[in-house]
Amino acid sequence: MIRVVLPHHLQTLAGCGREVTVTVDGTVSQRSVLDALESRYPMLRGTVREHVTLKRRPRVRFFAAGEDITHEPADSPLPPSIATGDEPFMIVGAVAGG
Amino acid sequence: MSTIRILVGTRKGAFILTSGHRRKKWSIDGPHFEGWEIYHMKGSALTPDRILASQTSSWFGQIIQRSDDGGKTWSQPGSAGEAPTVTDGMPQGESNKFVYDTSAETGKPLTTHQWYDGTQHPWEFARVWHLEPSLDDADTWYAGVEDAALFKTTDGGVTWHELAGLRGHDTGADWAPGAGGMCLHTIVLDPINQGRIYCAISAAGTFRSDDHGETWRPINEGLHSEHIPNPTAEVGHCVHNVAIHPSNPNTLYMQKHWDVMRSDDGGDSWREVSGNLPSDFGFPIAVHAHDPETIYVVPILSDSLHYPPDGKLRVYRSRSGGEDWEALTKGLPQEHCYVNVLRDAMAVDKAEPCGIYFGTTGGQVYASNNSGDDWAPIVRDLPAVLSVEVQTLS
Repeated sequence: MIRVVLPHHLQTLAGCGREVTVTVDGTVSQRSVLDALESRYPMLRGTVREHVTLKRRPRVRFFAAGEDITHEPADSPLPPSIATGDEPFMIVGAVAGG
Repeated sequence: MSTIRILVGTRKGAFILTSGHRRKKWSIDGPHFEGWEIYHMKGSALTPDRILASQTSSWFGQIIQRSDDGGKTWSQPGSAGEAPTVTDGMPQGESNKFVYDTSAETGKPLTTHQWYDGTQHPWEFARVWHLEPSLDDADTWYAGVEDAALFKTTDGGVTWHELAGLRGHDTGADWAPGAGGMCLHTIVLDPINQGRIYCAISAAGTFRSDDHGETWRPINEGLHSEHIPNPTAEVGHCVHNVAIHPSNPNTLYMQKHWDVMRSDDGGDSWREVSGNLPSDFGFPIAVHAHDPETIYVVPILSDSLHYPPDGKLRVYRSRSGGEDWEALTKGLPQEHCYVNVLRDAMAVDKAEPCGIYFGTTGGQVYASNNSGDDWAPIVRDLPAVLSVEVQTLS
């Protein structure tokens, strides 16, 4: 069971709390976690990644095990603590002041 | 006795203002979609309790929301709260999917437009600026988007497809973004001439289709724009808003970047009707519900100074279809006012006498229940107002 933490606006879109769980078969990676998330919550398609290209939206970042893994390859395995559910995969809206 | 419902889109959510036919006491509901930019909301022409909203974010992209109960509850078409669209066993969540059509069969494989530096730039979807309901089918809507293109749904917003003939027009590669992006912000459906649609794009100009949106041609003859190398070019004009009266749709009124314009031949030619306005720069233009020759604009100083002349918020009314304008000031701030009124932020109701409404970048929504003679704020401290639409409910 993979734990995923969502930013506020995606929680309201999906009608869920801060943290949701998804199941991934095979390698636990950015891509497989996001595929599973969008399968369970189809209303989130296009909000984290662009439709069609599946490119990360520019102001969305991914944190895992205390590291910013935004720019890691999408198919690279995530840290073991994410795969075991000990720590959450975090989807974060980039900070913006003003 | 009618009920008036105002749909207000702001930088930080949507608000719905409701009043009885006297239009003096208003209830204010919201924010809906708090924290999101609501570029536009509009109600169906046929089923007024069906409302579509364009909910956008620079972080999380485009969301289409739909209500079928007059704005009390909302869901993404085909997704939350509804049976999801299913293809190959997978829910698709397609209501926020606006993908440009580059197929040779339906349009042209046009992939770039002019960028600020004169180079060609890929077409990139940013957001929906305007939603326009069909006049004869409650499930059919049009969406004007940035980068400029026209999309259509025939299933109530569940799926959208591009009417690629517009973007694929031969001039497409010459379109360029204005300061607000390259957006298709105005969609006008002709209620009499079947299949006729007008669109306006910043900064490309005005376009007309006579075949339900399949093919298009620019209609900018008579426009004069100093901001482009050839001021009378076929395209490149920064048209801000276009309005018609349903009883006389061959007459169009335009607020351009500079100049208020009028056409009496369905856009084939235009002439300036700025007349005695203190400034002919502005964004919205609206037509009185019961008099096709009475029009309204809100002048601001210039493209560099987006606020009213002399710090006085004045709506200008012409009862002669342009040229002769009178300032409407009663109830509006006449000192220290430096707000703007954006292109989709003024609308009229169909009550008697006609009501006029507009929202400002300062968060005020003003109403007149007597064709503009007197004004009063409905609400003063909303987030910056992006759009105002009015429904007159029987």
